[in-house]
Amino acid sequence: MSVVTIQLGQCGNQVGQELFDIICNDAEQSQRKTYSTSCSARFFRPTSKGDLVARAVLVDMEPKVINQSMNKAVKSGRWRYGEDSHFSQKQGSGNNWANGYCVLGPRHKDAVEELVRQEVERCDALAGFIPVMSVAGGTGSGVGTYVTQCLRDIYPTSFILNHLTWPYGTGEVIVQNYNSVLTLAHLYQLSDAMLVHENDTVHKICSQLLNIKQISFSDINMVIAHQLGGVLQPALTPDSYGVYSRNPLGELVSALACHPEYKLLSVSTVPQMPSSSIAFSTFSWPALLKHLRQMLISNTRMEVGIDWQVRPPPISERTRSLTQGGFNTSLANLLILRGKDVYSAETGGFEDPAIYTPWLRSEEAFSLWKSPVSFDKYEKFATLVSNSQALLRPLDDMVRKAWNMFASRAYIHQYIKYNISEEDFLDSFTSLEQVISSYGQLQC
Amino acid sequence: MFTLQCGKQRSCKSTGSGLGTRVLSLLEEEFPDVCRIVTAVYPSAEDDVITSPYNTVLAMQELTEHADCVLPVENQSLLDILNKIDAMSYGTKLGPGVKRNNCVTSGGSRLSGAQKPFDAMNNIVANLLLNITSSTRFEGSLNMDLNEIAMNLVPFPRLHYLVPSLTPLYSLADVSIPTKRLDQMFSDAFSKDHQLIRANLKHSLFLASALMVRGDVHMSDLRRNIERLRSSLPFVSWNQEGWKTGLCSVPPVGHSHSMLALSNNTCVKATFMELRDSFTKLYKKKAHLHHYLHVDGMEQSIFSEALSSLTGLIEDYHHLDVSKSRLQRDTPRLRIATGSSS
Repeated sequence: MSVVTIQLGQCGNQVGQELFDIICNDAEQSQRKTYSTSCSARFFRPTSKGDLVARAVLVDMEPKVINQSMNKAVKSGRWRYGEDSHFSQKQGSGNNWANGYCVLGPRHKDAVEELVRQEVERCDALAGFIPVMSVAGGTGSGVGTYVTQCLRDIYPTSFILNHLTWPYGTGEVIVQNYNSVLTLAHLYQLSDAMLVHENDTVHKICSQLLNIKQISFSDINMVIAHQLGGVLQPALTPDSYGVYSRNPLGELVSALACHPEYKLLSVSTVPQMPSSSIAFSTFSWPALLKHLRQMLISNTRMEVGIDWQVRPPPISERTRSLTQGGFNTSLANLLILRGKDVYSAETGGFEDPAIYTPWLRSEEAFSLWKSPVSFDKYEKFATLVSNSQALLRPLDDMVRKAWNMFASRAYIHQYIKYNISEEDFLDSFTSLEQVISSYGQLQC
Repeated sequence: MFTLQCGKQRSCKSTGSGLGTRVLSLLEEEFPDVCRIVTAVYPSAEDDVITSPYNTVLAMQELTEHADCVLPVENQSLLDILNKIDAMSYGTKLGPGVKRNNCVTSGGSRLSGAQKPFDAMNNIVANLLLNITSSTRFEGSLNMDLNEIAMNLVPFPRLHYLVPSLTPLYSLADVSIPTKRLDQMFSDAFSKDHQLIRANLKHSLFLASALMVRGDVHMSDLRRNIERLRSSLPFVSWNQEGWKTGLCSVPPVGHSHSMLALSNNTCVKATFMELRDSFTKLYKKKAHLHHYLHVDGMEQSIFSEALSSLTGLIEDYHHLDVSKSRLQRDTPRLRIATGSSS
């Protein structure tokens, strides 16, 4: 089954291009025919000339980034985007969610829907959609939300997994918190699950793990794409009976997002190091999984600075608080192991009921996928997709800052101009406070 | 985008301010959804057009009502910048792209008495426009379009006067001076020497600021410098992280990097108060008023409305200034009823 990716805005189109590049590379390097066939079918379509074309629709309100992404793809020599699979305008969305959602989205609905329809028709079977977007700007967030709504209307039974990039806490877009609040509140009603990367976290990975001195957005995008590759590349699931899963999005959603109040997913991967160091390192599953488990429960999204003191609190001491002694409670976890000796990897640590919310049995909460094919250059590679409290603090910060700004009504006239009212804002704030409250009580 | 002059340049007295603002309101009528960013040249104190305060205040009402953003530029600041470039380039060899008899580097830039090098001054404003449109014209890792400037820098409709500052200054003169360290460029952007109006950014309150960086600058450099500068720049309580950033890959010709900072800052209040004072000095005595009232359609009420608009604007900025010293706590959040039992 095939996945149709919709790249929205500057971030979505930049990340999407890196993602396809990594997926294509991985498929070629694997030298395992079933793996690369499965991967190609999932993300690419063959053409009469035999080259690989990404199953993607590129949408932006200005042309430069799409042009760049399409050119970069062609330069790779291994894959490209469909020549007509893109839609752009000239003026941009002005970082205004209301402009994206209320004006530009509806204005260009037919054109975008047509591109998606064409891509869907080229799939033998549709596994679902992955809209890739940021939440801080105007196009990814506003137009992206509108497009997600259209997808939900037209394909009501298809899985929609939104990939979201959350901005740095400081200094990208001044109205980023407004745009983020509006996006998240709306997507909660439309999306099956949201897979989130935060620029702040990825930045730390670049500086502390990958030793990159001068970090650019291209570095950030590559790390995001790499982690996404670890999630989306073919794997053998409990339901797939010895073949690579044909329903990756459906299985991911049912593994992780079993309750409509809990849809925020975070990703961690181990190991993570500069490519030059990989050849000199040895990996063992016990060590990798031990680190990954501690990263999960102490809410460190990378292998450096893990707090080994954090332990699950005894059940009698569980209280309602945003962070209980730094312990991160999970609703559900999906562990994907790739590479050598996956069948012998011991994953019991992730089945411990103490790390989960008490109202879900750990057998239901934990899922394990495997692939004997190594990913990228790593002999052993583990990806953990978590539905946990990991995103609670960043979400709370986002809502707090947006609320403070809203209290003074700063910038609100810019949204009212495009038909988003104060009531719409209040509705979005209310929805997200509900989400924050739900995640905050996960340990009870 | 268009530029209008409120004061005197060459022999145009009030064409810029009068006709220019009329065009502005026509543009708003015809193209209401298109962003209107106005570069407005304000007169310097020694402006020899006596009625320039009238022209300026009358124009300002139009700018406040009909522009989305205004980038005020003062002739005196442009002159000061030229003097600095002059001092830097004296004795330095010319850069490879510089033409002979470039009015900045040739003797013609030695400023004397009443002669003002308007070409060179206009060149600085032209550079401002080049920088502000760079992200629309060239690619970059974080594009910033013109309509994003208005969106991020204008929290309240009338408070849309943005202080521009350009670094490095010598990029305007094509002279070959060793590139300063990158971090210096960021510090310079908030120093008075680089602003295009005379005002004290650091001692007033920032409502929002935009940094449009061009050239070989990494996002981590940008972030590091924002972190470094934040503590010395007071921002309004509800916008503590009020930074809008853009990264354009292509630098100006002959340079490795440059930056334009646009700041929505209450320091403009001082400029407007001076303007109001010069206006009032004339208006109290009704000096030269008859020249205006002779024109069909002009009435005295237009003057009093313009004055009241300016006064209102000054009060709005003042109101925000006063909040600077107040300790602001987080606004209490919405409470959600939790139905679950513990």
